Amino acid sequence: MTRPEPDATPTQGMRSRLGRRRDRVLAVGWLVVAWNLFWGDFSWANLLGGLLVAAVVVVFFPLPPVTFDGRLRLRGLLVFTVRFVGELIRASLHVARIAVQPGYVPRSAIVAVRLRVPTDLNLALTAEVLSLVPGTLIVETDRQAAVLYVHVLDVHGPADLVAARRQVRIVERRIVAAVGSNAELRQVLSVPVDKELS
Amino acid sequence: MTPPAAGPGGTVSGGTATAVDWAALTVTDVADWLGAVSLVAGALLSLAAAVGVLRFPDTLSRMHAATKPQVLGVLLLLLGLVLRLRTLSDLGMVALVGVFQLATAPVAAQMIGRAAYRTGRFDPGLLDADELADR
Repeated sequence: MTRPEPDATPTQGMRSRLGRRRDRVLAVGWLVVAWNLFWGDFSWANLLGGLLVAAVVVVFFPLPPVTFDGRLRLRGLLVFTVRFVGELIRASLHVARIAVQPGYVPRSAIVAVRLRVPTDLNLALTAEVLSLVPGTLIVETDRQAAVLYVHVLDVHGPADLVAARRQVRIVERRIVAAVGSNAELRQVLSVPVDKELS
Repeated sequence: MTPPAAGPGGTVSGGTATAVDWAALTVTDVADWLGAVSLVAGALLSLAAAVGVLRFPDTLSRMHAATKPQVLGVLLLLLGLVLRLRTLSDLGMVALVGVFQLATAPVAAQMIGRAAYRTGRFDPGLLDADELADR
């Protein structure tokens, strides 16, 4: 698991090893907190039990390393959270409305959207959020090419497809603005959402 | 759970009172009412999600109903629970349920959607465009 990259310089290897250790400590910490919350209170017994369970999980179910080299931006996180809650409510009411509308059969479409920041973390977060916000659901992902195949519900014409593509781009930009690195943010902001081709 | 305390001006939650005595409205009363509204709203959204799963024409459309209104419905039910229970240990548990709901529902929907697409269990006549087919 601690196999160094073939062309890594010593400092890079050390940093990635430190990064992996940090990831593992974070995972154990989160699992211990979750365990205590599940039991309803924090106690020494729960702390020890949580550490035991977390150790078992981390050792026996290792996850592929997800590199996080971005930074958390308070402003970006706030904007993201507010917009996310608003859109979750809007999307829910929309789907609920067409669900109970008598005799209405919604048409749909599948569009392919290439993300501008092709990291695993960005792909996963964008896919996750898109499934919860207006009209979109991920059907398939292409990790190599960083392409998301998005199912769009309730399509009335080509304008809705354009809007869906735009929506994907906006969600990606908001996520990068909240947790991406400076370079990724520049990459996302360099192309205006409206003027893009697919 | 403690019953809402009656203010000095009289009971607010008494069924016979016709006019609301605003001076006697306590924080617990407000929390109780907000909790009740959240519970009803959450239940209605979950019902709409169930209707959507039943009525939408194909699996891919059904997964929309299973993610959006369903997730918001569960979150509202949890919010209602917190507002009624008002204890810290319950809050922790409820927060965990919410986080896991948000994290897992899209993943489940994607797995089912992908399986449905790959096995051809969708209606191409209902799709205006299918860019996955050209891949």
